[in-house]
Amino acid sequence: MASRSNPLVLPIAKIDQETENVRTFTFEYEFNSRPGQFVMLWVPGVDQKPFSIANDKNGKFELTIFALGKATNAVFEMKVGDKLGISGPYGSAYRFKKDSHVITVGGGYGAAPLAFATDNARAAGCSVDFLVGARSKEDLLFEERAALAGANVVVATDDGSKGHKGYVTDVLVEILEQRKKDGQLEDTKVLTCGPELMQHKVATICAEFGVPSEVSIERYMKCGFGICGNCTMDGTGQTTCLQGPVVSGEQALGLEEFGKYHRDKTGIRHEF
Amino acid sequence: MARVAANGAGGVTMKSVRTEPVEGNPNPVMIGEEQYFLNAVGLPGPGVKNVIPELEQFRSLTDSVLIGSIFGTTHEEFGEAARMLCETSIDLLEVDISCPHASHLYEKPFAHDIDSIEKITKLVKENSNVPILLKLSPNTWQIGEYAKAAEAAGADGITGVNTAIGLEMNIQARRPVLANKSGGVSGPALKPIALKAVWDIYEAVKIPIIGTGGVTNGADAIEMLMAGASLIGVGSALYYRGEKAMKLIAKEMEEIMEQEGFKSIEEIIGIGHNE
Repeated sequence: MASRSNPLVLPIAKIDQETENVRTFTFEYEFNSRPGQFVMLWVPGVDQKPFSIANDKNGKFELTIFALGKATNAVFEMKVGDKLGISGPYGSAYRFKKDSHVITVGGGYGAAPLAFATDNARAAGCSVDFLVGARSKEDLLFEERAALAGANVVVATDDGSKGHKGYVTDVLVEILEQRKKDGQLEDTKVLTCGPELMQHKVATICAEFGVPSEVSIERYMKCGFGICGNCTMDGTGQTTCLQGPVVSGEQALGLEEFGKYHRDKTGIRHEF
Repeated sequence: MARVAANGAGGVTMKSVRTEPVEGNPNPVMIGEEQYFLNAVGLPGPGVKNVIPELEQFRSLTDSVLIGSIFGTTHEEFGEAARMLCETSIDLLEVDISCPHASHLYEKPFAHDIDSIEKITKLVKENSNVPILLKLSPNTWQIGEYAKAAEAAGADGITGVNTAIGLEMNIQARRPVLANKSGGVSGPALKPIALKAVWDIYEAVKIPIIGTGGVTNGADAIEMLMAGASLIGVGSALYYRGEKAMKLIAKEMEEIMEQEGFKSIEEIIGIGHNE
């Protein structure tokens, strides 16, 4: 619960260029967040938007940001020492059992919270398959970080410039089939983040294999703590910011709008 | 909305809409503290036409009372929004003339001008097929006069009150937190302000009052009844106490009624005004 949501304003300590349009911004602070949770990032005088957390340990807090609109472009103008406001952490996190097998399926910059989840899963004694997809090899994120954490990294690109040519979900099917053959489906869990249609496919595949999954749902958020109602989902009326963003694949597939439509800031529906 | 109804609300007030879609204010639009929220959401909504299918869906899911809610940017638009919304089935119509954070839509809320209150009330009444409730602002010393003007122009009830105007600062950023700078204060801190507003409205008019503003527990609700409300609106308590808030409040009201020897809600309404 956000008993106080007036943002904490922190200077940017470090900026790393990840890909052409993606940068990681580091702050020297720990929010005690868990992978899958998000913060509201305030660009004073510009806007405030939700971002999933890419890292939060050893005195460092990181947000991996794609330059997409007014707020993110303003963040990209900033230099080390410039200040941004952070409220949170908010929302639900990915869950996995100690010493189990975790498969993460990331699309685009959806890889950020999954890299954080991979670090924590490895620290909890899990083996991890880190599957990551992108348009092209230049757009791939966090391969190295996941490999350093000791994950088995598998890459898919739309143009075939690296790894499997095609969807990252094809790789997931292959891996699950192999684990099924080897009698290793039990104790396996799949975590996903990225474009909603990809996540819908991941949840559907996992349901077919009888493997539990967790998805991360993105909806237009205004307040971030369950009051304004902008991010409620049809089917249950649950808010994405409090009951989400991470929900089980099973629950997501039961939501009327998951993989079908979302709402803009006025509340009007748009098909995916 | 259906989720709130399923959790014990007797009725649900929809978010206010105008004839056209509204994006609302830029973020940050809200901050939450232990005792209050400050928001400048700025009346975002899909517009009457797009909201009607959503209300029809609500109707198909629950038998709960549905209170429609409209606003406008001109006197005439209130009438038009009422006419459009009354094409679907609603039980009551709230007329929001008092939102304090919609300066992107109108200069100041209509609730602070007797002439506007009269004109809007008449236009909405002419264009509605259900009882209408004028939602007033606490940011005034003469809410009773405004309530009288609404009653005389045909209002069937008053909703008291909207949020109190406020501002919060961020020390490190050296500026107000909300992008809109000012916003409306709701939550527990609004309760004494709302009680005084309901008190003044009750002294001024005969029509029923929906008391709303910071009602978080059964005691708050009983106090609202004593000040003159005959129906209670609850909003931010859903945050402070979770989705069971309505059931908890109702149970606490029953406990207080038993302790105090009240047999019915009717005997509590306005009792605070007895000398």
